[in-house]
Amino acid sequence: MIDRDEVLHVARLARLELDESEVEAMAGELSAVLDHIARIGELELDDVPPTTHVVEVTGRLRADEPRPCLPREVVLAQAPAVQDDGFLVPSPQA
Amino acid sequence: MVDSDVIALTAAGAIAEIKAARLSPEELFAAYRARAAADELNCFTWVADAEAATPGGSASASAPLRGVPLAVKDLFCTAGVPSQSGSRILEGYRPPYTATAVVRLAAAGAPLLGKTNQDEFAMGSSNENSAYGPVLNPWDRTRVPGGSSGGSAAAVAAGLAPWALGTDTGGSIRQPAALCGIVGLKPTYGAVSRYGMIAFASSLDQAGPLTRDVSDAALLLSHMVGQDPCDATSLAFPEPIAPPSAERLDGVRLGVPAELTGEGVEPGVLAAFRATLTRAQELGASIQEVRLPHAPHALSAYYVLAPAECSSNLARFDGVRYGRRVENPADLLDMYTRTRHDGFGAEVKRRIMLGTYALSSGYYDAYYGRAQRVRTKIVHDFDAAFAQVDFIVTPTSPSVAFGLGEKTGDPWSMYINDFCTVPMSLAGIPAISIPCGLSAADAGLGPGGAGLPVGFQIAGPVFSENRLLNAAYALEQALGFDGSVARA
Repeated sequence: MIDRDEVLHVARLARLELDESEVEAMAGELSAVLDHIARIGELELDDVPPTTHVVEVTGRLRADEPRPCLPREVVLAQAPAVQDDGFLVPSPQA
Repeated sequence: MVDSDVIALTAAGAIAEIKAARLSPEELFAAYRARAAADELNCFTWVADAEAATPGGSASASAPLRGVPLAVKDLFCTAGVPSQSGSRILEGYRPPYTATAVVRLAAAGAPLLGKTNQDEFAMGSSNENSAYGPVLNPWDRTRVPGGSSGGSAAAVAAGLAPWALGTDTGGSIRQPAALCGIVGLKPTYGAVSRYGMIAFASSLDQAGPLTRDVSDAALLLSHMVGQDPCDATSLAFPEPIAPPSAERLDGVRLGVPAELTGEGVEPGVLAAFRATLTRAQELGASIQEVRLPHAPHALSAYYVLAPAECSSNLARFDGVRYGRRVENPADLLDMYTRTRHDGFGAEVKRRIMLGTYALSSGYYDAYYGRAQRVRTKIVHDFDAAFAQVDFIVTPTSPSVAFGLGEKTGDPWSMYINDFCTVPMSLAGIPAISIPCGLSAADAGLGPGGAGLPVGFQIAGPVFSENRLLNAAYALEQALGFDGSVARA
């Protein structure tokens, strides 16, 4: 069961603001989904390795050489706010 | 050639007509553009102008795909063209580059016809989670087309596009293909580059074709596969994808897992599934039971792993570099949290919360760690089954297309739509859905009251796409499913 405080804690971790109504709904919905998910707790899995890749791939390397990338103005073109050739953001501490 | 004759052609059929100079690529594009622009099903979020141009595209008369236009799911980045992944947070976003899969198809001669509606960030099984409104099923406009590639599936079924690209994370190509009466293939994980696909769950996401028939699926896939330096998890496909031609299934062993073919599947779907097994036997296939003991746990593992990966992938939507930003933020944290509050829909928030919870301190081992071990068990189940049979067959979806709004109240009632498709996704194996008939239990529904389409899923081992396509083709020829009513 997830309570209201836990919802608010997880929302903070996720950098997500929730309305009061969303907090209430989320507590009930997440708890219900977690009840279903909890079934994997019934399985004996101690000696089972976790899956990392479904198709075995060994680390693929490439030469560490500079390559052309997108021009700065193209990258900045979609930004909500730009200043001095960079992404403009509000101060971390207002 | 009149437009109705043009629309009646499969993609391969259109290519043949163009080669024979009975149809021009311009006529073909214009016929589909007109239909896509007049879309009443909300399949498209953007439609190309009269003159088609995709960056890197080939208009060469010898290009193998000969100008057959392509509908592309919104989450594929397309340079200069809106790519919003069904989300408000990316409203108006026009990426600076194009996804590899789209580049390859453009180079093979398939110009971009339009971008198709989808569940927000591919999270959903009904297309009702799109910020741009639901897509309507062309067989019955009061019903969902499935999801998350609902716009792509409905567009192909309704003849608004000759073929389409979709993506499948837990069933998002196969399930909408089933509900719309068309063919949908999820390739082996890594067979198609994920570069330029707006990510949902990176260890599961895979691009694939949605087409009118199996031959078109093979043709589209043949120009998509291959290793890409821009996606380190992409793989070199060991052989070319060939046009399927099998007429018989002699010696082919089909495995039917009790875990995915019993409880929870609608009677009308089961009846169509069993009738298809009989057709397969008539073609020479043998049918045997196989066990996938951990398949009933697949959905639980999936709803830990996919939200966990999504919570990490969607951290990038923070109002800094692209997309939406909230007005007048008090400070940086306020900008992040309110931008995400305003930009994401309810289901995306739910999954971000679920994934963040599952990865949070104190819960990681109980949820994410265990789910990754369940995934290994599921992979082993399939390995054991494929030691006994060539393919595993199931219904694609436990139900036919359901009503708009019918399952939006309870998240788990929506999630269980994927219970036949999620196990294959977790194992990374290829699976195809072909239409196998109409559900007689739903007589009175659909055009002419003949029922709604049922999908038949065939799954094979890693890299078995050519064999899979051949088996699907032989069955398709024997079944003779007619989807033309949905294009009327």
